[in-house]
Amino acid sequence: MRFVIALVSAALAASVIVSAAPASDAPDPAADAEAFRNYFVTKFPKVKLEDFVNGPYSMNKDMRRQWQEKEEFPPYEFALEAGKEMFAAPFKNGKTYADCFENGGIGVRQNFPYFDAKQGEVITLELALNRCRTANGEAPLSYVKDEMASLTAYMAFTSRGKPFDIKIPDDPRALAAYENGKRYFYTRRGQLNFSCASCHVQSPGERLRAEILAPALGILNAMPIYRSEWAGMGTISRRFITCNSQTRAVPEEAQSEDYRDLEYFLSYVSNGLPISGPGARP
Amino acid sequence: MASTIRVRAIANGDTTEVQALIQHPMDSGFVKDAQGAVIPAHFIQQLSFEHNGKRVFLADWGPAVAKDPYVKFAFKGAAKGDELKISWVDNKGASDSTTAKIQ
Amino acid sequence: MNFSIEKFSATRRLVLQGTGAVALFGLGGLAAPPARAAANDKYPEEAFKLKTDKDAIQALYGRTAEASDKVKLDAPEIAENGAVVPISVTTTLENVTSISFLVTGNPNALAASYAIPEGTVPGVANRLKMQQTSNVIAIVDAGGKLYSATKEVKVTVGGCGG
Repeated sequence: MRFVIALVSAALAASVIVSAAPASDAPDPAADAEAFRNYFVTKFPKVKLEDFVNGPYSMNKDMRRQWQEKEEFPPYEFALEAGKEMFAAPFKNGKTYADCFENGGIGVRQNFPYFDAKQGEVITLELALNRCRTANGEAPLSYVKDEMASLTAYMAFTSRGKPFDIKIPDDPRALAAYENGKRYFYTRRGQLNFSCASCHVQSPGERLRAEILAPALGILNAMPIYRSEWAGMGTISRRFITCNSQTRAVPEEAQSEDYRDLEYFLSYVSNGLPISGPGARP
Repeated sequence: MASTIRVRAIANGDTTEVQALIQHPMDSGFVKDAQGAVIPAHFIQQLSFEHNGKRVFLADWGPAVAKDPYVKFAFKGAAKGDELKISWVDNKGASDSTTAKIQ
Repeated sequence: MNFSIEKFSATRRLVLQGTGAVALFGLGGLAAPPARAAANDKYPEEAFKLKTDKDAIQALYGRTAEASDKVKLDAPEIAENGAVVPISVTTTLENVTSISFLVTGNPNALAASYAIPEGTVPGVANRLKMQQTSNVIAIVDAGGKLYSATKEVKVTVGGCGG
């Protein structure tokens, strides 16, 4: 769109264009999400929209068969059970995680992250779980270890099939958080000079060394994931950190503002695609 | 402690399909830890399935079976509601067993 | 390419069943340890220590195998990760008593060996580790004769590293 307008502006009197340009440059998440989805749907006409949540398995037949084989008895099953038990176990004060979430935390994964108007920041599911713990006098969990992944695995499992429903309220701070996440996604960094988009927008389905790159559309719907490479579970925090280090960039702290905003952006542009987590990945 | 054994045994006519997933590191003895020390081999050697006191399947495993091992097979002669006994023993002498109802 | 949603619901149903079974039978861990082994069920420790597929087959069965198209070996072209390679075998051969899997590129070739008693369907699916691109061999002992099928599996991420 912008390109078209630029052409037009070259041909027409500047005064006509000045009024149009600011409108097209203003952040428009809804238009972003539509363009984002259309890009992937056009690039992969054979992949059904809801199948993008299956990451590399939506891109490659041979790998898809291996995945189906895994899903017969998925490797995240133990984490799922552990998460279910943890979720139900009361804190020392007798309360549970269920007390911190709408609908007792069941079937709500698709609403995270959300913008908290009181705190003026993006609240991810992982952050909400730890805030729930600290509010109840418990020490927070590591964002990159098994316990957090087990909890989010269980909460995702109870939300399977529900479409991502991320809202950007009419609040300049929410829009700024979204824009910051978008900027983080498209900014090149690290020794390899890759952005998130270099791999997950430009090259999904292609091999990066041994791995098949997942499309960015729906990439968080399957989180958390059991990765064979990790021989274990990983949270969204862990995935962001390892993505950064694999491209020789300096990772941020888990649940940094940038990472939370990135999760906000990536989840928003996948609105409408079903939650499929926990997932299994190579 | 929760059982290390997850089983699904589903009868379809005369044939019962069994799938099992077992929580076990299956360390090969060829891998080093972060400090460079070899992680000693630790793996399930035998996994047995019995129906009505009769063994219907026996696995002999080496360290090349994947972590949290999985196996699928089928046998004849069982009905819904029958019990299937599953047990394993590893190279360090540890073991576990459980009983699953055929569905 | 159009079964993702059905697949999810099927998986979900199965997982729920699995969880139920666990809840009901989770106390099974207290039961007696496995009944150890009549002589013919002895764990073939030596065969698992041998390096080559030939030696391991000889140690296990005392015979050599001939290739047979009645042994159907299913393995991926390219393993997504050598740490977890789904491999299965089925056969139309009769009187099958044993099925074994060997990976020629592993430090010790024999990966798994299964006893198939009478009444058990001659087929098994499992997940194996592969260190590098190499052949996977399935051996089927049927009526006292050994049959085999071989397939190369490419491995780009080895299953024996850290």
